[in-house]
Amino acid sequence: MSLDSKTVANIATLARIRVPEADLPGLAQELSGIMTWIEQLNEVDTTGVQPMSGVLARDMPRRPDVVNDGGDPNKVLANAPEPAHGFFTVPKVVE
Amino acid sequence: MTDTLINDKNLIDGRTGKWEVVLGLEVHAQVTSKSKLFSGAATEFGAEPNTQVSLVDAGFPGMLPVINEVCVEQAVKTGLGLKAQINLISVFDRKNYFYADLPNGYQISQFLQPIVGKGTIVLDLAEGEHREVGITRLHLEQDAGKSLHDQHPSKTYVDLNRAGVALMEIVSEPDMRSSEEAAAYLKKLRSILRYLGTCDGNMDEGSMRCDVNVSVRKVGDPLGTRCEIKNVNSIRYVAAAIEHEARRQIEVIEEGGSIRQETRLWDPGKGMTRAMRSKEQAHDYRYFPDPDLLPLKLDAAWVESLKAGLPELPDAKRARFVKDLGLSDYDAGVLVSEKESADFYELAAKGHDAKLTANWLTSELFGRLNAVGKSITESPVSAQALGELVGLIEDNTISGRIAKDVFTEMFETSKSAAAIVDEKGLRQVLDTGAIDVEIDKIMAANADKVAEYRSGKDKLFGFFVGQVMRAMGGKANPAMLNERLKAKLAG
Repeated sequence: MSLDSKTVANIATLARIRVPEADLPGLAQELSGIMTWIEQLNEVDTTGVQPMSGVLARDMPRRPDVVNDGGDPNKVLANAPEPAHGFFTVPKVVE
Repeated sequence: MTDTLINDKNLIDGRTGKWEVVLGLEVHAQVTSKSKLFSGAATEFGAEPNTQVSLVDAGFPGMLPVINEVCVEQAVKTGLGLKAQINLISVFDRKNYFYADLPNGYQISQFLQPIVGKGTIVLDLAEGEHREVGITRLHLEQDAGKSLHDQHPSKTYVDLNRAGVALMEIVSEPDMRSSEEAAAYLKKLRSILRYLGTCDGNMDEGSMRCDVNVSVRKVGDPLGTRCEIKNVNSIRYVAAAIEHEARRQIEVIEEGGSIRQETRLWDPGKGMTRAMRSKEQAHDYRYFPDPDLLPLKLDAAWVESLKAGLPELPDAKRARFVKDLGLSDYDAGVLVSEKESADFYELAAKGHDAKLTANWLTSELFGRLNAVGKSITESPVSAQALGELVGLIEDNTISGRIAKDVFTEMFETSKSAAAIVDEKGLRQVLDTGAIDVEIDKIMAANADKVAEYRSGKDKLFGFFVGQVMRAMGGKANPAMLNERLKAKLAG
């Protein structure tokens, strides 16, 4: 599978990464190389094998419905650039 | 059950003929739980900003989600209540998009393998009609945080208290054909959720939110292009938004245009929908299984045990009220529509006449509560107190007419019926001797009217009843009074 510049531009938009026009062909080639490498997996015959999303053969761990976290807004906001009145703030999002 | 989708009264007249509106609803119902879907932070509504946020909810690096077993149980119960297929294996996926109130840059949701599959819900429509609507699926997902756009001229404020709270997204089939049906769907779904105790159904606080998919077509045509209306947060607005959006689409098509698939916002102030600017680019959420979470496996025996423990749901309760208690389908429907009313009724009717109690509840108590804007849970007259009043009517302690006065006082003072009856001496007179004495007095004082009655003026009977009743302060047993009066007037 090879990716063209247009596809790479779209992926960059979705990922909110600004990529200069001139860099697109190079990135396309690089990403195509990665895809080709991954495509080696197609050589494995998976007929009759259930799709899986992990290799752990255990059940998903669960927790009881108890409140044992939160209650520390200062910790949550510690890395926020400009917190105000207990809120995170971001440039205005207009709808 | 009527299952005809095309019902003439639902069709909308356009310039070029009749149009059918096709509706599907996506409801986000907040799961009733103490803590969030994947963290131990609290879910309570109305807390100070960012006080109910764990580092998992805030999307800090290295944090791992661990699923809340009660949220899983609530989703399965809801699925069972919707008579839906429960999927013993389901998978959590990442739905990727950027927004300031989504700290991870993705929402943990379920895409290809939801926890609940196809089910059904029965709508209760006007004139006792019922209609079945298909449920496509129910899946568990995280809520996002809350953005406040009006606190600062150039900033948006973000509160993550809601981020990570468990939601059930419940998707219907495009089976509805009018705003009334959509409203009936929401009412019934909310009722089922409340019976199950899996969501409080409070649309004001956002614990139940609704997106509506609307398209129009000429009868018999394939489905038209749909628009999704977001931001509709009351049943009344859902109906209004549908009415408006259907007309808008018909106008566009009849003017020779075509409908663009888009997301629109309902503006309750203007009473219209408008296109959302930010969503012009087609969605590309790039779903993939969340590597932090293993597939969710349920034990079939556990699902069965939940099924066995489900409370009686509104449809079953209505059927029982009709069959076992002899109530009309309408009265039964009114009583079961809210779990609290049904519980109140069952408590009040215990040991008393089922129909009489139902009448007192639906016509007297509901009316009074409505007039003062109170709900059944805030009623100044308790279920037991209403039952006691009915008991006093049943054992002839008071007449139905006196009971209305007693009830008025009960509603105002919360005193018991027996106390009011004793205090005011309202006990019904069942002594025929005492009734006879009063009848004799009235007849003696109205000899002219007696003569007129005896010469054929039957209508005067009511006059005598009224006079004797008044003389006895309304306390005569009406049946006895009628009987004695008839005999005495006959001479």
